Amino acid sequence: MVRPTSETTIVTMNLAREPLPKTTAIQLFKSLLLARRSEEYIVKHYPENQMRTPMHMSMGQEFVPVGVCAALNGKADVFASYRSHAAFLAQTHDTDRFFSELYGRTSGTGEGKGGSMHLAAPDQGHMLSSGVVATQIPVAVGAAFANLRLGTGRTSVAFFGDGAADAGVFWESINSAALFRLPVMFVCEDNGYAVDTPREARQASRSLAEAVKPFGADTYEDDSGDVESVYSLAKEAAEKAHRDRRPAFLNVKCCRYLEHVGIGTDWSWGYRDQATVERDWISRDALKTQRARLASHQMSESAIAAMEEEIDKAIRASVQRAMEAPIPAPDRLHAGVFHEKA
Amino acid sequence: MQVCFMRKLDYSGAIREAMSQEMERDPRVFVYGIGVPTWSKIFNTTRGLVEKFGKERCFDTPISEDAMMGFGLGAAIRGLRPIHVHIRVDFMILATNQLLNMVSNYTYSTGGKLKVPLVVRAVIGRGWGQGAQHSKSLFSNFTHIPGLKVIAPTTPSDMKGMLTAAIRDDNPVICFEHRWLYWAEEDVPEEPYEIPLGVGRILRPGSDVTVVGLSWMNVEARLAADILQKRGVSVEIIDPRTLAPLDENLIIESVKRTGRCIIADCDWVDSGFSAELSARINEKCFGKLKAPVKRIGFAHTPCPTVRELENEFYPNAKTIVHAVEDMLGLEAANLDGEDFFSHERRFRGPF
Repeated sequence: MVRPTSETTIVTMNLAREPLPKTTAIQLFKSLLLARRSEEYIVKHYPENQMRTPMHMSMGQEFVPVGVCAALNGKADVFASYRSHAAFLAQTHDTDRFFSELYGRTSGTGEGKGGSMHLAAPDQGHMLSSGVVATQIPVAVGAAFANLRLGTGRTSVAFFGDGAADAGVFWESINSAALFRLPVMFVCEDNGYAVDTPREARQASRSLAEAVKPFGADTYEDDSGDVESVYSLAKEAAEKAHRDRRPAFLNVKCCRYLEHVGIGTDWSWGYRDQATVERDWISRDALKTQRARLASHQMSESAIAAMEEEIDKAIRASVQRAMEAPIPAPDRLHAGVFHEKA
Repeated sequence: MQVCFMRKLDYSGAIREAMSQEMERDPRVFVYGIGVPTWSKIFNTTRGLVEKFGKERCFDTPISEDAMMGFGLGAAIRGLRPIHVHIRVDFMILATNQLLNMVSNYTYSTGGKLKVPLVVRAVIGRGWGQGAQHSKSLFSNFTHIPGLKVIAPTTPSDMKGMLTAAIRDDNPVICFEHRWLYWAEEDVPEEPYEIPLGVGRILRPGSDVTVVGLSWMNVEARLAADILQKRGVSVEIIDPRTLAPLDENLIIESVKRTGRCIIADCDWVDSGFSAELSARINEKCFGKLKAPVKRIGFAHTPCPTVRELENEFYPNAKTIVHAVEDMLGLEAANLDGEDFFSHERRFRGPF
């Protein structure tokens, strides 16, 4: 069987791209903002101890799932890790069920049984996110198989960090997706650390993309830090994956602004330097960049501020609805261990 | 009246027929795993499937048990009904991360929104010098986990009906198959049928002592019961068939009648499934017990390879006979004239 040779595409922050249409720019801005403002709400209110679930914050990395999910335009089955707030909101825009779950209410994504690490809205293409590193990756491969067999036209996407690429099951998944010729999107949110252990201390390969390529996946590297770049790359990668029926591996460099788990910063840990992170990442924050882009699309400051206010209002309303929703009754503990026929 | 066409079928044929009939009935069913379509045919249980249903529905995989279990989960939640086959449970444990961390809680953590119609077949049991890594059962490792159903049918007709029910179930079901049972034959209905999961079976009624047998040990219990019958001892044999969820009442009622219980497991005793059964029987039958519950199982060592030590490691009908004698205060019988099963002398049924 002759297969087309897999290719590597590299995008850096210096590579100029055609700007996306204004409507897309706005859509990406709103989606980035939704994730950011939702997490800012969490940071502010977490100390009230009403959201009693460990938070692995997406802040700083949102542009990766936001770009990918927008590129797939709702036709994605998303398999995310415990760091899945942004992936969930990018795919579903559903702050109602999101906050309800964090507050442990019956109206949440898993009636409070999941929490921050186990968000699920399968009706909107967000599968159960997973709290054990790399476990969600092979599940995406199986879903791709089902989608292909059943002709759903959906694209299976696995989001994971560079830490997951330490795990054997990551390589097993890449190999089997390539072997079975499945158009899976493997998206590595490469923030460079497993908690506070740097990639260099964990991985022998110089580049993950280079290591993945010989399996027969198309590989893409992006260190632009830009949501529009990720969006364009993901669109191209998904189209090619379906056309050539093989997996795509996207390695997107990004930066986690907060600590591994929790709402604080971790500058005092000493494993990374605050000034360097601010210079290399926070200064070119994807949300800020996208906001500036809207101005270049001739959007007025007041129009942008109105969008921001609209999203803040939506978040407040979702929180309000969550607080008014019931907490699960004790007898719900035993419900749903097995799926019951309707 | 429904006419039921019976003919002799062996245990591997029962598995094959259940899978084949379900694949025919439901195009979403597929079977996969290491070596599934290749020459070995998993003890003949997958013979003819690739020819009949094609490579899309019957396929081989890389030796990547962990990823392939996740693959089954992904296919199941997205509309297919996978059957994942493992030629040894010892190899399946490479996939326990997926089974214990993912498969078992996908339904619960999504508030019941996702269902996982996944069947996992695992071959267990004694072969011929299989040693420490090809001979485990590990029932309790899986019955310990909420969200997994666990079955271990003993007879071909139970196997066909229960595997059919497992494939039609919307939950993950692990099916344990003892390799010495593959050659056992009995009358099995030709048409598809379901035996509900979670319902045990009295394999042989009796009044003096209840033997709860797991998988292969029901064959040994049958032989032991025949030997004991000659001495006027009446043994009731109960096959739980489904280990989780357990048909506890069937066992409890039997032990209340007989007042005595021996649990014959084909697994390690320490922290094993027999410990769970014994605890439940003690809780529910305390005042009715005429003797402490007795458990029989593997010696608490890794499985040795050399036959002489293997014979010490595994319990068999002799072990059960002696346990019953002990319990009833009988003299130990001379078993020299009896014929026991071995790899060379296969059990071929009927039950």
